[in-house]
Amino acid sequence: MKSPALSILFAGWLLTGAAHAGAADHVHASHAWIRVLPGNLPAGAYVTLRNDGDQAIALSGASSTVYADVMLHRSSTAGGMSRMTMVDALSVPAHGEAVLAPAGYHLMLMQANATVKPGDTVRLTLNFTDGSRLATDFLARPANAMDAGDDHSGH
Amino acid sequence: MKLRRAFLPALLLVAGLLLGGCRHDELPFRLTNISGHMPDLDFKLTDDHGKAVTGADYRGKVALLYFGYTHCPDVCPLTLAQLHVVMQRLGPLADGARILFVSVDPARDTPAVMHAYVNAFDPRAVGLTGDARATEALSKRYRSAFTREPGSADGSYEVSHSSAIYVFDRDGKARVLATPSASHDDLVHDLHLLLDTGATP
Ligand SMILES: [Cu+2]
Repeated sequence: MKSPALSILFAGWLLTGAAHAGAADHVHASHAWIRVLPGNLPAGAYVTLRNDGDQAIALSGASSTVYADVMLHRSSTAGGMSRMTMVDALSVPAHGEAVLAPAGYHLMLMQANATVKPGDTVRLTLNFTDGSRLATDFLARPANAMDAGDDHSGH
Repeated sequence: MKLRRAFLPALLLVAGLLLGGCRHDELPFRLTNISGHMPDLDFKLTDDHGKAVTGADYRGKVALLYFGYTHCPDVCPLTLAQLHVVMQRLGPLADGARILFVSVDPARDTPAVMHAYVNAFDPRAVGLTGDARATEALSKRYRSAFTREPGSADGSYEVSHSSAIYVFDRDGKARVLATPSASHDDLVHDLHLLLDTGATP
């Protein structure tokens, strides 16, 4: 049995001792897609993050060479009203998943400096709170897409 | 018994009218039935071709009214994408329906922006804009609401808004209320009821 204190010490050692072996090494991204809207309207980006590590990690945002501004957001509906709020971090539990999907958590992409068309692939760098990063390719999908369009398994 | 003979057809006629009336007013909707509880479809706005329109312009069509704005990257596109899926499932019947997307952000949503936006979702979607007063009047009419949230330094801002979809029959009467989380099956079912009945020639 691992004591919490030891875990924290161990995490601290990881951070200082091995700066580049970050939490992102244990994360696998899938179903990464962007809902492309006409003109220069802000777009939503979605992805499923799976953490194979023994430590919970947290997504803090993303950056991109294509979009000048990227924010981690959450949509919610309460009392019949839809609103969006900024999110500091989204936890990905140890051996668990975090899902960014429509009507929930999303990356809001703003101020594109190039035209993104459905079918394009856009690389976003996902940033985690420990400073580690994960470059992920997102598929640009049409405005009226319902999902990443890659689920052919028919689960 | 002359009187009885004359009375019976009249009675049958009245019964028939009542039954007919009931059949019309009490369609077995799966979504929240708002028949008689919300005002008829009425507004004075500008469509995405820049043309002045009123609620009366959509008589003869089943109208799905939804409030949102184009700078909304998540919930508004999801709702419109879901309505597109529902329209697809209706097949040719969908031509009898219109998605009316009313902007709660008239400052940024011009008819041209709205035109590109709604057509990215469905050819039967119409983008409606108006000045702040007309938009607020329409929103209040359906006990809907929207609030512009404090903006950030770069001038961008979000608008919190009601998420409901109001469905009107071909006569402009409010019939059902759907939430964005409503199942596609239920929406398709209720739209079928409205599209199959009361078709105006
Ligand atoms: Cu957002």
